[in-house]
Amino acid sequence: MANINQLIWWIPALPLIGFLLNGLGRKLWSKSVAGLIGSATVFGSFVLSVLVFNALQPGSTTVAHLFNLIDVEGLKVGVDFQVDALSSLFLLIITGVGFLIHVYSTAYMHDETAPDFAKYFAYLNLFVFSMLLLVLGGNFIILFIGWEGVGLCSYLLIGYWFKNLDYGAAARKAFVMNRIGDLGFLLAVFWILAKIGSADFATVFSSLDKLTPVDITGITLLLFVGATGKSAQIPLYTWLPDAMAGPTPVSALIHAATMVTAGIYMIARSNALYSLAPLTQIIITIVGLATALIAATIAIQQNDIKKVLAYSTVSQLGYMFVGLGVGAYTGAVFHVMTHAFFKALLFLGAGSVIHAMSGEQDMRSMGGLKSKMPITHFTVLIGCFAIAGMPPFSGFFSKDEILAAAFAQNPVYWGLGVAGALMTAFYMFRMYAMTFTGSFRGTHEQEHHLHESPLAMTLPLVVLAVLAFAGGWIGIPAVFAEGMHRLNDFLAPVFAPAMAKATPHHLSHSTEYILMAVSVGGALGMLVYAWVTYSKYQKSDAQPTGLAKLMANKWYVDELYDAVIVGPVKALGGFFHHVMETRVIDGLVNGVGKAVQYSSRQLRLLQSGLVGSYVLLMVLGMLLLFILQLFFAK
Amino acid sequence: MPVNYYIFLAATLFAIGVTGVLTRRNAIIIFMCIELMLNAVNLLLVAFSKMHNLQLGLNFPTMGTDAQIFVFFIMIVAAAEVSVGLAIIVMMYRNTHSVDVNFLNRLKH
Repeated sequence: MANINQLIWWIPALPLIGFLLNGLGRKLWSKSVAGLIGSATVFGSFVLSVLVFNALQPGSTTVAHLFNLIDVEGLKVGVDFQVDALSSLFLLIITGVGFLIHVYSTAYMHDETAPDFAKYFAYLNLFVFSMLLLVLGGNFIILFIGWEGVGLCSYLLIGYWFKNLDYGAAARKAFVMNRIGDLGFLLAVFWILAKIGSADFATVFSSLDKLTPVDITGITLLLFVGATGKSAQIPLYTWLPDAMAGPTPVSALIHAATMVTAGIYMIARSNALYSLAPLTQIIITIVGLATALIAATIAIQQNDIKKVLAYSTVSQLGYMFVGLGVGAYTGAVFHVMTHAFFKALLFLGAGSVIHAMSGEQDMRSMGGLKSKMPITHFTVLIGCFAIAGMPPFSGFFSKDEILAAAFAQNPVYWGLGVAGALMTAFYMFRMYAMTFTGSFRGTHEQEHHLHESPLAMTLPLVVLAVLAFAGGWIGIPAVFAEGMHRLNDFLAPVFAPAMAKATPHHLSHSTEYILMAVSVGGALGMLVYAWVTYSKYQKSDAQPTGLAKLMANKWYVDELYDAVIVGPVKALGGFFHHVMETRVIDGLVNGVGKAVQYSSRQLRLLQSGLVGSYVLLMVLGMLLLFILQLFFAK
Repeated sequence: MPVNYYIFLAATLFAIGVTGVLTRRNAIIIFMCIELMLNAVNLLLVAFSKMHNLQLGLNFPTMGTDAQIFVFFIMIVAAAEVSVGLAIIVMMYRNTHSVDVNFLNRLKH
């Protein structure tokens, strides 16, 4: 274990080195060198992560202390890297999926110039570094540094094509939304520091008796605010769909596989806190459900292939929060894992389609790509089955676990969750059918140009497809085979505090079978319905009306935010600019200058050059002094 | 004689001096008025010195006579000042062919 300990810090260090090499040498390297540096460093991290994962004793926690970040009286914050079951699992997801996305990017971004290409890989590496810092951090401060780092990198990558002003605006939106959440997170950390005096996970979670129920509820709610920003939940979810402005592999990396799971990770990490705050858990469940449903309804009416995936990400994140809220921490982390596989697969598949369509993202202009791109078609189909929750694909197991836990808590949660799952099946197969089946609806040039993507793009797709297919088998529920839920056993030590407090739910096997049958049967029905309906899709100019129009316009949430928050803030800013700044502050400064100028112009007249007047003034002054002396001297 | 008389006389002399300095333009007369003020002060010094000496000098005859010595110093300084001042006036006359101080307004520019 000792040598492994020394290796831990190399895991985040390698992508950082890659970032520095590519960032500083972006004008020196050719594209292949830049791509090699970017991919190789992440691959190195992946290999190290596998080593660390293998060396991990069940239930043990290793903390590698590098140096002290803050060391003052009463507060000590070290750069600690903590490896346990939870963080090692995230390490594998991040570096594994991250590596595949790097490889994919070498082909996808090949039209960029060499310096831009290297810049892209530098950002990607920095992103992976931040994310690794986030999951490896042994205290809230290091976690927060990584937390901010991913926010910054998402800003940089979303605005990668910054010459397009809309993309720049999307990047800013993502950054500002994240900052709002970060404020909540930061306040929670301060609260913890004030009450416990340490930010180390081990210390905090072992001294929870220092906190009153009010403290715990406040801290957990503030942490959850941070999570809504990073993990795109109501009310801060609107940045994620706009974030599709970035290159598609970025969407896969940031907005499906890693960054948005930061909030899930953080809450799962703090499960000891959350299990003591029933109110927060209820709020999390409700917010998660609402997000899952609203995002799903929006996804149904989107025509941009990436927007569909973006809203489905928001919706799936909602499920994960439902899992956290009802205490199914393993289920939530399980869904993070399977979601990382199939959503990365779907995004990369969409990227492959967009690549073939010469940048076209509108599904109304696609169709019939099945025969032109067999590998992409097949892998995306697997991804769609997985996200729709069809057995034995991975999504089925994780989603089922969350839904079963939700049912045990409250059947209403389950009902709403299944409704979301049905919509998921519908919109995913709507996307699939519009893209791959039917006849081609694009222009002739696009049709002529259609081609299967190069190996560097299809290979990650195939690997991810295998994972999306089989990734769920590490968590087979007890109802099928007793003792086969390896993930549960693996993560049990991490979630021990929460499990100790939760009332274990006992669903009879027959109930579980019925629940599964209902959700799978319903999803299958929606799937077939969408497939049949949209295979025959014909381009039409008919505008959606009524409810569909509402959904196509995303429930006008952006407009609502503009009216309620952005507008007033802008007005306030305008007030400060036009009145406070130009009138009051400038007026004050200029007024002082003018007063000095005026008074000096008047005083100058005293210098007449006449000796008599000087003497007169002198005498008057002396007289004044005498008078003062006479009347005011003590 | 009460010391009041001396004070009135000195004040009158001083006022005459001030008025002269303020109202006259001839440098020499201004100069003389300054001397007048100086001497008004000298007179006061001597008068007060005498007054103190009358009260304190019973046991120590030299007590309270310091100001008399002071007056000599002032006269000497005044004499030195007069020599410098007159020299300035001579130079002024050479330059402007006048001793009118209102011609000396070039500092204004």
